[in-house]
Formats: sequence, structure tokens, C-alpha cells
Amino acid sequence: MKFFFFHLMPYAYLDPDYDKTYVTDWLLYPNSNYDPQKGAELYNRYLDEIEYADALGFDGVCVNEHHQTAYGLMPTPGVLAGALSRRTKTVKIAVLGRALPLLNNPLTVAEEYAILDNITRGRLIAGFVRGIGVEYHASGVNPTESHDRFHEAHDLILRAWTQPGPFPFEGKYYQFDYVNVWPRPYQQPHPPVWIPSQGSSETIRWASAKERRYVYLQTFSPVTALFRYMDMYREEARKSGYEASPDQLGWSITTYVAKTDEQALQEAKPHIEFFVNKFLRMPMEMLLPPGYLSLSSMKGVMAAKASLGRQRTMEELIEQGQFICGSPETVRRRLSEYQDRAGFNLVLPNLHFGTLPADLTRRNTELFAREVMPALRDRLPAGGREKARA
Amino acid sequence: MAGHTETKVTLHGCDIHVMRGGSGAPLVYLHGSGGGGLWLPWMEDLARQFSVIVPEHPGFGHSDTPEWLDGIHDVALFYLEFLAAENLTGVHLMGGSLGGWIAAEIAMLDASRLKTLTLIGPAGINVPGVHKPDMFLWPADELARQLFHDKAMGDEAAKRAIDPAGADVRMKNIYTVARLAWHPRFYDPLLMKWLKRVKLPTLVVWGREDRILPVATAQGFAERLPQAEIEIVPDCGHLPQIEKKDIFVERVTRFIAGSGR
Repeated sequence: MKFFFFHLMPYAYLDPDYDKTYVTDWLLYPNSNYDPQKGAELYNRYLDEIEYADALGFDGVCVNEHHQTAYGLMPTPGVLAGALSRRTKTVKIAVLGRALPLLNNPLTVAEEYAILDNITRGRLIAGFVRGIGVEYHASGVNPTESHDRFHEAHDLILRAWTQPGPFPFEGKYYQFDYVNVWPRPYQQPHPPVWIPSQGSSETIRWASAKERRYVYLQTFSPVTALFRYMDMYREEARKSGYEASPDQLGWSITTYVAKTDEQALQEAKPHIEFFVNKFLRMPMEMLLPPGYLSLSSMKGVMAAKASLGRQRTMEELIEQGQFICGSPETVRRRLSEYQDRAGFNLVLPNLHFGTLPADLTRRNTELFAREVMPALRDRLPAGGREKARA
Repeated sequence: MAGHTETKVTLHGCDIHVMRGGSGAPLVYLHGSGGGGLWLPWMEDLARQFSVIVPEHPGFGHSDTPEWLDGIHDVALFYLEFLAAENLTGVHLMGGSLGGWIAAEIAMLDASRLKTLTLIGPAGINVPGVHKPDMFLWPADELARQLFHDKAMGDEAAKRAIDPAGADVRMKNIYTVARLAWHPRFYDPLLMKWLKRVKLPTLVVWGREDRILPVATAQGFAERLPQAEIEIVPDCGHLPQIEKKDIFVERVTRFIAGSGR
């Protein structure tokens, strides 16, 4: 397994009673509730936490993108990746964002990623996403154009990185007479591409296709969904004419480690429940605007998200495999078990979540790095799957 | 009762569902965001005097969703093709809400086949400072309830709006509404500039208690259409043709008669 420390940078001072007045902390929750003094403290603390992961020997660190919300303070993740690119020395830096359809000029991402790749001498991992449904409310971009804009913006960026410029680009949504991006990426032909998703079959088919073979990341979902979508990826790869490597599959999983199971459960409970019940609170109309998914996918996803408005407990999250919590032994066992069943080789632990304070975050990260990672580092999925690439 | 027939019309690779009833001068009605496909009592009333033609827009209900459907102008141009294919002239064009927007676009682009224009609580323009609620953030039953001023009618509509039997059509409809109206939200800057081209006799009917598109928006139409008659219907929500059917039918009939049919 390879390990990528993943931070969401929530506004941890979110008023726990905000939901008595507001249905959500996204989009409609007034930004007058953001205190810049506290926010400045959080940004610096969170960046310290990510930099610490570099010192502790993680393979990589990840930043995220969401807009107009207390859930995460990384609307322009490139800025944070830029801050990290000089302070970290060895980790890969994965930008698990850049919601391409929201952009009027996707070449800005080609430029931004290429700069990061140059500064870090090739430590950048380029994430491309559609953005979750609420971003279409926040940006005004038409959700019915989401898939098409994503594909077109992606094609433009990849061509800008790989095809000598200047050349014209004539798309439906994007048109340029001159595509000639300076700088070119440091990694050739281009940085690795990762595609995080909640599990859209269209996205999985596209990412797994032989000509792309992009890394697919399953984000916050029950393990039943994880298993289904990773099986789907391998199946699509096979249909496309090759066998997918475990290095093409990653799992983003909120994780908490303490000396004993009891201690871990007791310490994590208020913070993971705050994460899921306060930060993730959003009505269905915001999460799934019309057209964001194909008509056929929409019904299934609406059913899967039916728990959206319900209060959930830590125990439920652990049961469904949306949270791993316990002693180092318990965490190693759960990760091994899920790796064998799902076949991933990339693990993106969210070692900070919700309101988890700095001291517990630091200890969680240390215990994970020292007592979980070493034992699993050379571990591959059981069942004779193709050996991971070096 | 005159009754009605249902037909299919194929144009530009798109099958649309069309209801027709009555006889007389052609009156074409364009439905709103909630969809069409239902022959309603007020249509029956108007069918006593007019040849009432009620198509379901591309992307709605029983009609196809064609590849070329990108925005409101595609629908307006499609209907100009439809009027030509049906060889209709002297048309009394009428539209409600989203359909009012489409009707206004048609009239702006080419009014040569039109005789009068009736807009019922139409979308299509934006009046700065007039706050429109965001219907895309309302659950379906809440949206349906807000359509009516009358509470009993609203409750009844809310119940229908979550009936599983209509779920597929409702989802298809709202996808198309988003395609046409997501951004800018329910208006067209081009129409705002060039609506003044419309020299037809025009009636703008608005429910005074419209909670979907505020009645204050009527002012924006009045400014651009100096010849328009504005009719504000009291104690009425977004759908005067349903909530105040008799008043609506009488007013429209009088308007058309006064416009030299």
C-alpha cells in the first residue's frame, strides 16, 4: 500500500447549533460566520499538519476543492499546493480537485499544475473532478453540461501538455485560437492523473479506458459501494483490453488510531459525528441538481443518498466501513481486509476530520505513520492480482 | 364538449406530442416548467372559439429530447419551424411561465405568423432588485405548493408532485428546465434588449400573489412592450389559467376580440 495524507481543512469553529437556523453549512450559510482571525490560525495549523506528514514518511499529501462552505476551506487548492510545494521535500502533492466544468478557461489549470510540477520537480499529481452538485449552484455553471464540459476541458488540458503549441482548439464550450502553455509540465508526457468520484459509472468507464488508465479514487462511501465500483473499474479495464493494476485504485478513508480500541472510539466520536452530521449536512436538491447525473444514474444515487438528512452515529459509520477507528492492530486488520476485497493499493487516510483538535490530529498521524504504515507498505491485494508497478 | 385529439409531429429529428381541440382561429399554448401533456378545463373553454393547439416542448413529457437542444433559442426556433410546417398564420400565441418566455422569444425572432401574444406570469427577463426564489432548491412538493395562492389547491398539487407514477416524467422535465433556464436563471439578456421589437398586441396576465415569479416583474415587460395590456389577477398565484380560470378565459377572449381577430 501507498499512503497519501488527505486533509479537508474544515472551518472547525462552525457553530454546532447553526443547523437550528440553517439547513446546511454550504452555499446559504452566511460567510459573516467566518472569523478571519480564527481562519488564519486554522490555515497555518492545517498546513503544519500536512507538512508533518512529509516528515513522517507518507508517500503523498492531498488537498481538496469545495466552494462557499464551512466544510472545507480550499476553494483554490492550487494556492495551498503552492504553499506546500516549497515546504515539503519528498511527498507527492495530489490536488484532488480542480472541478473542470466550473472553469471558463481550463488553460488556467494547465498552467497552474505545470508550475507546481516544475517547482516540485515532478511531485505533482493532477486531479480532475466535476465538482459535487452544490458547486453548480455556487458557480452558476449549468449542471446539464457538466459531463460534456468536463471531457472537453480535460481534452484541452491534456493536449496543451502534450501537443506542441501554438495550436487552435475548437470545442463546443471552449474555443481558443492559440493554445501554447508556458511552462510545460516537468513530468513527461504529463503528471499522473487521478480521478476522485463518488461512483459514477460514466466516470469509471472513462477513467479506466485503455488510452487513459487514470487512477480512480473512491471518496466517502460505504464499503459495499467501494467494492462495487472497484470491481466495475477492473471489469471496464478488461473490456477495454487490459488488466488494471492495484496502483490504479485508491480509497479515501477517514481514519483514527489510538493506543487501544476503547481510547480511539472515545476520542474520535464527537469529531467524526460533527463531521458527518454538521459539516456534511446538505439537502438533496443541492447535492444533486438536475442534469448533474444521467437520468439513469440519478435514481440509483438518490436512493443511495437517502440517509443524507439523517443523524448518523460513529458506530454506524464504522459498521458500513466509512470510518476506520481503533488500535494500530485494528486499523491494520481493517485496511488489509478491505484491500483484499477491493483490490486497491492507494490509501488516502483523512487523519484530520471535523473538529479533531491539533494534539489528537498530530498523535493520530504519528501513530498511523509509525504503527500502521510500515507493516502494510509492501502489502498487495490477495488473490493473484497483477503486481503493482514500482 | 368539443374534446381533443393527440398527435405526433416530427420535425428536425424530434418527435413532439401535440394536443388539438376546437375550431376557429389558431391559438397555440406553450406550457411552463411543470410540463404539459394534459388537456385542461381552460383549454376546453377556449376551444369553443379557437382551434387550440398545445404542443409538449422538446425535452418534456412525451416529446423527444433532441441532441440539438442546448438552450431557449433552440426551442423558439423549433417552434417557428413548427408554425411554418403546420402552415399556421394569424396565430394567437400564448405561453405560461417558461412557455411565456419561449413565446416572447418567438415573437422577438419572427412575429410574421402571429396575430397576438399572451404571456401568463412569464419568465424571460430579469428586473434588478426583484428577488426571485430559487425553485431549484425547493423539493418538488414544496414547489408545487408555492404555485397556488389557494391553500387547498396548493396542498393538492403538492400531493400530486410526489406521486411515484409521475416520477420519470417529472425528472425528465426538470432536467430540461435546467438545460434551458439554469443560467442566467430564467432569463435571456438578448430578449431583455430586443423584446422591444415585438409590435404585436400583447396581454400580460399575472397573479398578484405569484410566489414563483413576483408580480413586480410585470413592470419589466410593460417597459419593453409599450402596447402591452397588463392584467393583475387578485388572490391568485403563478397559474391564473388554473386558479382563476373563468376570469382568465374571459380576459383573454376580450383581449383577442379587441385586437381585431
